[in-house]
Amino acid sequence: MSTTTPTSGRGAARRRALIGRTVFAGPGLIYITAFMAIPVLLVLVYSFFQRGRFGGIVWEFTFDNYVRAFEPVYIQVFSNSLVIAGTTTLLALLIGYPTAYAIAKLPARWRTVALVMVVLPFWTNFLIRTYAWIILLNSEGPINSSLVDAGIISAPIGLLYTPGAVIVGLVYAYLPLVILPVYASIERLDRQLVEAAGNLGASRARAFFDVTLPLTLPGVMIGAIFVFVPSLGNFVVPELLGGGKTVMVGNLIRDQFLEARDWPFGAVLALFVISLLVILFAMQAAISRRINGTGKRMSSRA
Amino acid sequence: MHKLGWLRVPLIGTYAFLYIPIAVLVVMSFNASKNPFTWTGFSTQWYSALFNNDLIRQGFVNTMIVAVGATILATILGTLLAIGVARYFRSTVVEAYSLAPAIIPDLVLAIGLLAFFSLIGVTLSLFSVLLAHVVFGMAFVAAVVIARIGQTDSSLEEASRDLGASAFTTFFRITLPSLAPGIIAGALLVFTLSLDEFVVTYFTNGPTTPTLPIVIYSMVRFGVTPEINALAALLLLVSFTIVISAQRITRLTDSV
Repeated sequence: MSTTTPTSGRGAARRRALIGRTVFAGPGLIYITAFMAIPVLLVLVYSFFQRGRFGGIVWEFTFDNYVRAFEPVYIQVFSNSLVIAGTTTLLALLIGYPTAYAIAKLPARWRTVALVMVVLPFWTNFLIRTYAWIILLNSEGPINSSLVDAGIISAPIGLLYTPGAVIVGLVYAYLPLVILPVYASIERLDRQLVEAAGNLGASRARAFFDVTLPLTLPGVMIGAIFVFVPSLGNFVVPELLGGGKTVMVGNLIRDQFLEARDWPFGAVLALFVISLLVILFAMQAAISRRINGTGKRMSSRA
Repeated sequence: MHKLGWLRVPLIGTYAFLYIPIAVLVVMSFNASKNPFTWTGFSTQWYSALFNNDLIRQGFVNTMIVAVGATILATILGTLLAIGVARYFRSTVVEAYSLAPAIIPDLVLAIGLLAFFSLIGVTLSLFSVLLAHVVFGMAFVAAVVIARIGQTDSSLEEASRDLGASAFTTFFRITLPSLAPGIIAGALLVFTLSLDEFVVTYFTNGPTTPTLPIVIYSMVRFGVTPEINALAALLLLVSFTIVISAQRITRLTDSV
């Protein structure tokens, strides 16, 4: 459609593109602006004003909300969240990478089935998936009772309502989001490079760590961001599996908006999550540019 | 399979990890006992209990209102957006902006919308939930349809125009049918997303119109019951069916 007919001039083509943009993309872009861009900007604006008494805000400019975020209580929550989200990300990568690698080695017809089976749980209700772990980890639940029956432990141990339970729940929730981008990057990998490393005498382990892993790093980073950022903002898993003992940034944000009714401070906390997301994506883009460059150079040499 | 060697361990381990919790949940929904942890025998009583639970019935109706409404609106807006972005803009920035609602953390979108609705004076109700679901739903439809446009050939449309068909006729007779698999798959995905959405709904809903995920949340906070297991099993079944159909629709046509 964009190729112009020989008879119409450049002006007509441009007019047609403009009409196409307005008619087709116009309504959607306006909708996204109204119900995503403006609301997110509003969060940024709110962070500089004072709280209203019953939620909402008072239009008096202040930096206090930002200053307050540096109070030891909140620093504690931030570092706690970073540790839990970081551990979650690491575990998800340790499980997800070999899984993605194995899927990429499957015969073509099995690969689609394998991938669909990876994403399938992700499309189901998130609360239900979290709830399933309440049953599994409960002191009367199947894990504890089989451990007791097997004689490994003499009495049920407290698995639920621990930071470990929160990490397991988060890994469970976001594992598909690691496997997909890692799989995509392994799939795209130029296998000749790995073969070349082998022919030049590198062991399989050496070829993996020197060639495969660095070249799939962009996918690994995307996967890591997709786990790390939503883990920070998740308030359901810490509440249901952590029993409220593990407080993460997500819980704080939820409480500021729905319970403490301090929207400006909640906005500051949310901006922390957004800026982390933006910084991590920027890092990913930079690294992926460098690696693609290296990959091409290596390809042309090989 | 035989070439996998030790890679079989993570592969099988991951699928076990992903599916055992779901399987346990489904099995326990057929447990006769009121104690959700000890199996005493097979029973479907918790499923019949669901249909007699007013809160769940009301939640179901609310969920369907939002899901159907959001699916219709998001599918129309998302399809048009995809065509506009892929055919007339060809700009990565505009494309990223269009898909952003699908990537932005749900909590950020949720609080932004709460602040926005309160600022412009929209009362929180099923209507505000619907408006919220359309924004991320539209991005998912756009993503699927943009992928579909990438696979289709625009020469048919050019031929249609060259042969004298109006832009209008070409759109409805050529463009839409060729994109149909993507549009249907996108619609099915939005429907599931809306059905299962919790965080955004939690922040943009009024107090008197709970959707099913909200009902589940308030039930789970009080503890584990076999009734939740039954409801969870049903919702899982619905989501699995829809997502597998969406996948089949896109794949069937890929080979054509």
